[in-house]
Amino acid sequence: MSNFPFLSVLTVAPLVGALVVAFLPRRRPDLAKQVAFGWSLLVLALSVVMWVSFSADGDRLQFRESYPWIPTWDVNFTFAVDGIALVMLMLIAVLVPLVILASWHDADASKRSVPAYFALLLVLESTMIGVFAAADVFLFYVFFEVMLVPMYFLIGSYGGHQRQYAAVKFFLYSLVGGLFMLAAVIGLWVVGGKTFDWQALTQVDISTGTERWLFLGFFLAFAIKAPFFPFHTWLPDAGRAAPAGAAALLVGVLDKVGTFGILRYCLPLFPEASKWFAPWALALGLIGILYAALLAVGQSDLKRLVSYTSIAHFGFIGVGIFAFTTQAGTGAVLYMLNHGLATGLLFLVVGMLIARRGSSLISDFGGAGKLVPLLAGVLFFAGLASLALPGTAPFVSEFLVLIGTFTVNKPVAVIATLGIVLAAAYVLWMVQRTTQGTLNPELTEVKAMHRDLTLREKAVVAPLIALIVLLGFYPKPVTDVINPAVQATMQDVGKTDPAPEVGSVQEAAQ
Amino acid sequence: MDEILTYAQAEPAGTVTYAAADGLLSSVWLLVAIPLASAAILLLLGRRADRWGHWLGVAAIGAAFVLGLTSFFQLRGLENKSVELSLWDFITVGDLRVDFGLLFDPLAAVFVLLITGVGFLIHLYAVEYMAHDEGRRRFFAYFNLFVAAMLLLVLGNNYVMLYFGWEGVGLASYLLISFWYGRPSAATAGKKAFLMNRVGDAGLAIGIFILFATLGTTQYDEVFSSVGGLASGTVLVLGLLLLLGAAGKSGQFPLQAWLPDAMEGPTPVSALIHAATMVTAGVYLIARSNPIFSANETLQLVVVSVGALTLLMGCVIGAAKDDIKRVLAWSTVSQIGYMFLGVGLGGAAYALAIVHLLAHGFFKANMFLGAGSVMHGMNDQVDIRRFGGLSKYMKITWITFMMGWLAIIGMFPFSGFFSKEPIIVAAFEREGWTAWLFGGAALLGAGLTAFYMTRLFVLTFHGPKRWTEDIEHPHESPKLMTIPLILLAIGSVGAGFLLATSVPDWLTATAGLGGEHAEHAAVLPHWLLTTLSLVVTVLGAGLAWALFRNGTATAPQPAGVLVTAARRNLYTDAFNEVVFEKPGIFLTRALVFLDNRGVDGLVNGLAAGVGGGSGRLRRWQTGFVRSYATSILTGALLVVAAFLAVQAGWLA
Repeated sequence: MSNFPFLSVLTVAPLVGALVVAFLPRRRPDLAKQVAFGWSLLVLALSVVMWVSFSADGDRLQFRESYPWIPTWDVNFTFAVDGIALVMLMLIAVLVPLVILASWHDADASKRSVPAYFALLLVLESTMIGVFAAADVFLFYVFFEVMLVPMYFLIGSYGGHQRQYAAVKFFLYSLVGGLFMLAAVIGLWVVGGKTFDWQALTQVDISTGTERWLFLGFFLAFAIKAPFFPFHTWLPDAGRAAPAGAAALLVGVLDKVGTFGILRYCLPLFPEASKWFAPWALALGLIGILYAALLAVGQSDLKRLVSYTSIAHFGFIGVGIFAFTTQAGTGAVLYMLNHGLATGLLFLVVGMLIARRGSSLISDFGGAGKLVPLLAGVLFFAGLASLALPGTAPFVSEFLVLIGTFTVNKPVAVIATLGIVLAAAYVLWMVQRTTQGTLNPELTEVKAMHRDLTLREKAVVAPLIALIVLLGFYPKPVTDVINPAVQATMQDVGKTDPAPEVGSVQEAAQ
Repeated sequence: MDEILTYAQAEPAGTVTYAAADGLLSSVWLLVAIPLASAAILLLLGRRADRWGHWLGVAAIGAAFVLGLTSFFQLRGLENKSVELSLWDFITVGDLRVDFGLLFDPLAAVFVLLITGVGFLIHLYAVEYMAHDEGRRRFFAYFNLFVAAMLLLVLGNNYVMLYFGWEGVGLASYLLISFWYGRPSAATAGKKAFLMNRVGDAGLAIGIFILFATLGTTQYDEVFSSVGGLASGTVLVLGLLLLLGAAGKSGQFPLQAWLPDAMEGPTPVSALIHAATMVTAGVYLIARSNPIFSANETLQLVVVSVGALTLLMGCVIGAAKDDIKRVLAWSTVSQIGYMFLGVGLGGAAYALAIVHLLAHGFFKANMFLGAGSVMHGMNDQVDIRRFGGLSKYMKITWITFMMGWLAIIGMFPFSGFFSKEPIIVAAFEREGWTAWLFGGAALLGAGLTAFYMTRLFVLTFHGPKRWTEDIEHPHESPKLMTIPLILLAIGSVGAGFLLATSVPDWLTATAGLGGEHAEHAAVLPHWLLTTLSLVVTVLGAGLAWALFRNGTATAPQPAGVLVTAARRNLYTDAFNEVVFEKPGIFLTRALVFLDNRGVDGLVNGLAAGVGGGSGRLRRWQTGFVRSYATSILTGALLVVAAFLAVQAGWLA
């Protein structure tokens, strides 16, 4: 099975689906939804087969395919995945069908075409898969930029309040970052022997000064994408304006390209520069954890609040990556997956609340638990996952990041741990202001607020809840896949885990 | 075998090992799984389980108790009385190996019996108490979830499992405190409890990080085997962090403020979580980690100080409160202070603290449920100034509450006498002036406890009626509520002697708890201390009886400095508000402003700058051929000049 061209098929399949959906008649919206949903399920099925075919102990990059594209510049359609990319592909494959299901009625009210909305979601899936599957730096860059287009239209055409402003800001901000990366990509091509092949480029020696500049070019693009403090302000605007489903994909997957890029490109290609800049990156991560959490506490809009929690979580991922230990690195990658599930769920549930109320302002809610107990319960669960309660998947990743960081950098780990107190504050206060306390009389007048989760909505949240709990108790299947890739990355950087300070305990105990 | 078990603080080279569980003991995982499954069923089935859900909840805890009891007897037959059960690899990354595993040893076993035994009675009581609440099924789901998390906390075989259960009980506690979430005060109290607990949890988490960074493991056996190799400073920091976690969960200074507010939950919650089980988790943590705490004397001194300070604080504030549940809550804070004092003293006093914990579990659960019974009959009134004379109307509640009252004030032969008095004696066994300090505090606390508990008892059940007008004839509670009261009352009477004679021996098989006994002789003879503690008790109780036997005013009375301070929780809440809450809110607002205007302002400013610049540039496109021609000429001249410059080597 491992000879099957999984990656190119997975990249192209949603695109074909998008074309099919886009050409469906505009007056048959339900057919478009069903086709899009069915198509995304096929992609999911194929991804599961790929997951099973991947051998965790095998080569670092698997399922490699390469087709020539622009021979003069040695640009190829090269695809290959390591454990990190594989996990992200699985996340995409799981989230997209659920987002389609959750967005069933999101485009109905819009003046724009309903089939186009679902076609855009499938285009987005295709570009997201492409960006994680690419093993050619130029191909990666192309996907990195093209990915912006479907999201731009999803926000700008189907979004809420201030959607134009948010869409343009999102697009331009990412594009500016992308330009810096483009410069670095060209620079890399020049110093790296005129090739864009990732594996070949990892072998290249680059002089210290050049390496640092190239690192910065990539890092800036990724820091904007993730986003890290202080490049984060586009996210709350985009998160607030985007339809809930698109927002879930935006923070759940799209933003991970930033942290994934750091792991795949910055660390292995520029190991010395990565180490040199690590203190700065750690500082940015740390600021992000505390600053964004405090800002989340102070938000008055539900979607902006969730966006800020996401920035805080990206701080943890950044710290995990730049701590350079196996635990912290594995934790960071696992965090990327778990955050996709947990924050994805949170955005979707918040979207369900907002769709009912017709407002995303927290002050327009209050006591909603009395009206929609199940929805309030799921919101609370998503909140618990967001604050990394043991028993939910994010606990494992946050714990790994912190414990791995502590072994090499105690102050950073201790300050980051303060983040878990702040996380409890923003989650619980949000829950209190929306679902607890005295029932807001205006809420009872909104008819939709009397309807608890529908069957379709249950089908959206149930798989996510199940996955979050399952991975909270038994994360091993995922960590086993991530671990070798992270260890290889640590080797690229030339870092090893420190030994325990007091003797070898395992031997003493045996 | 003895060398292994009495390893304690003396020999760093000693090793702790646990046998693998087999036979019936290999099913101890069911202790956690049964209540958890029940909670999941109740939550997932929703309203479909409304009719029978509460009985499933009771049955689950009953089954866990039976299983706990049989496992307990199995354990007795084993040589080192400790078995370990690894369920699966929880986290395996690099050198970090965390087992999803359980440890069933004497310490865990007594906790299991307390949690499931007392828990079963409280569940039974709650069936009736919550009968008229539409959320009864949800209540039992949370109750079961709590028991599952608490059992995981005491049964885990490593610190990460402990943390797992630790945060789990925090969650269940939050859910139960804010059970009536429609009340803003309940929602706020739940949030406060969770947040203060998270502060403690962060401490515990960092403690776990230290264990991994220094010892490379979080498993109990490996940690306890090698903790002797740690530097003294490391042990101190580690212990202080664990203590912070313990203080958060157990409502000890400086993280005590959430516990009295937690009384917003239904009364059975206060009995189960905030009296008998969860709040004792801090004591469990210190007792379990005794090889760490015994390894550093400064650390022990801190624990003792926290215990002594908190026990006095609890007494002083408890004496000034008029809400029956808040008085009991502050008395819980105070009694756990005694337990901290005990575990801090180390050596044999660990066992004494556990005995007091068990005895307290009985009599405090008894009194909380008694308070619930009183509220049940008095239209949910909680103000003791509005009670009085209830002994005639609620005979069973009165008698059972009396047993609890006599037990908590330490009257012979009730259980508190056997459990508290030895801690007072042990405090006097310290070296030098600290014996007088901590012994004196413990003795003073005993007198104060007798005073405020007698005040509570007399004002509630005796003296003239001071009821509100809507109450005509208070009724005794139904059998389902009184039977648990009677059983717990029997426990309050009889358990003390039984526990005090059997538990310490039983606990010596727990790793580290078999340390040497009585390091120093007490500064006063034992008989004198016993007499003294009885005398202060009688004095305190007598004073309260004399003051309050004729009732009290129903309106708030003017008070002196101390009483005013006590009514306001010794200004600890005010301190938190001024130092953390207000600045926190200000900081948040300031940052929101900074982010919108500063950071984002810069981004938008940059964009506006580019946009504005482009606007200016656009004006160059005037449409006049003459200006275009000028610019073409200028450009051409510049290019030629540049070429010439390069040719001439001016730029080289």
